[in-house]
Amino acid sequence: MTAPPPIAMLAELTHRCPLSCPYCSNPVEMARLDQELDTETWARVFREAAELGVLQLHLSGGEPASRRDLETLVKAARDAGLYTNLITSGIGLTEKRLAALDAAGLDHVQLSLQGTNPEMADEIGGYKGGFQRKMQVAEWIGKIGFPLTLNAVLHRRNLHQLPRALEMAVEMGARRIEVATVQFHGWALKNRDAFMPTREQAAEATRIVVEARKALKGTLVVDYVPADYHDDYPKKCMGGWGTSGLNVAPDGLVLPCHAAQTITHLEFERVQDKPLAEIWYEGAAFNAYRGTEWMADPCKTCERKTLDFGGCRCQAMAILGDASATDPVCVKSPHHGALQAQANTHAAQTDAPLVYRSQPKKLAETVD
Amino acid sequence: MENGDVPALPRGVRLHFDAVRDTWVLLAPERAVTLDGIGHAILNVVDGTRSFGDITQLLAEKFNAPVDQIAQDSAGFLDALRNRRFLDVKA
Repeated sequence: MTAPPPIAMLAELTHRCPLSCPYCSNPVEMARLDQELDTETWARVFREAAELGVLQLHLSGGEPASRRDLETLVKAARDAGLYTNLITSGIGLTEKRLAALDAAGLDHVQLSLQGTNPEMADEIGGYKGGFQRKMQVAEWIGKIGFPLTLNAVLHRRNLHQLPRALEMAVEMGARRIEVATVQFHGWALKNRDAFMPTREQAAEATRIVVEARKALKGTLVVDYVPADYHDDYPKKCMGGWGTSGLNVAPDGLVLPCHAAQTITHLEFERVQDKPLAEIWYEGAAFNAYRGTEWMADPCKTCERKTLDFGGCRCQAMAILGDASATDPVCVKSPHHGALQAQANTHAAQTDAPLVYRSQPKKLAETVD
Repeated sequence: MENGDVPALPRGVRLHFDAVRDTWVLLAPERAVTLDGIGHAILNVVDGTRSFGDITQLLAEKFNAPVDQIAQDSAGFLDALRNRRFLDVKA
């Protein structure tokens, strides 16, 4: 098939982060500081992305503010013609740095929320004082006038805080809240016992979201990522593999999604070696699950196959060990029943400890 | 949308010509909306000072179309943007 050009690029500038959230989407094997792309290379990648058709650039991490050249990178992205979105915990941002990001042309800020009070937020983030700092940063963001999205990450431990998270978004003057129930990839896969919502919680969250959308129409847009394992149909992951978005890791690897490295038979290419356009259109990893040709039954003959493209390849890999299988969330998968039972078992583990993400090693010779 | 309402693109929402796809788009936080000729024509005259009444009058003249029809189409389009927080409206 002929692929359309991508609309969005996630630039993971670094895997370093002051927080250590147990649901971090970074891979368990993280890129080291000395492997990170330098300023000039990122600037070139931004220009290549714009020429390829990318409109939206998400500057993420790790914590992107851990990069000292963040302001320079934002300016380079704007100069390339990209819409720049900073995905941040707020930690590492000062009033002065935010002013510099404003001057550099930053378009939008997405601020993560680990909980609605210090007790919850600091425990989940594994960073004492983080909540208070974040509230300060939110105030500075509002003062400058950056459009703001609050990204509330929810799971069994904090789903009861959803109503307060919605209020906080309104109080902060956010235009949008992303109600993101934890998806089980990366570090979250190690924390299913601690984080899996109960079916009742998942249903209650949906009810609250539907109500909030009505009540807050015109004030706050509510985007919603529902609990995954409890659904009957899988998510259209990445809008379809290799269809609308791509991800560049801190070390320059170009990935079809942030979890793609868990599909171990795929080979990824680097921005240091090839133009981005060539990787997008001709790279083996991008073509592996593009379109519908790769599908087997039940996807192959399913009327929904171009609605959800078989769901998430990384989830099929993680749960079934087969990246080309139907996402087991799907009610048509022979493994759907087992997954639902598994979800209920995870959700019943009341005393499960949190497994925090670790930090990337600084240098190649560091033995940790 | 009333005739006296003044629509404006808020900070972080802007028109952009997408040279790769040869079309105008509206760039907004984490979203890109493809604009057809009409949508682009409407947003091109949204400047934060013109009222909705001024805008529909202007477009009716430009496209030589009945102002009621233009008002109906523009209101639907602008209300949809407003509901997504891509448009501010001052009364």
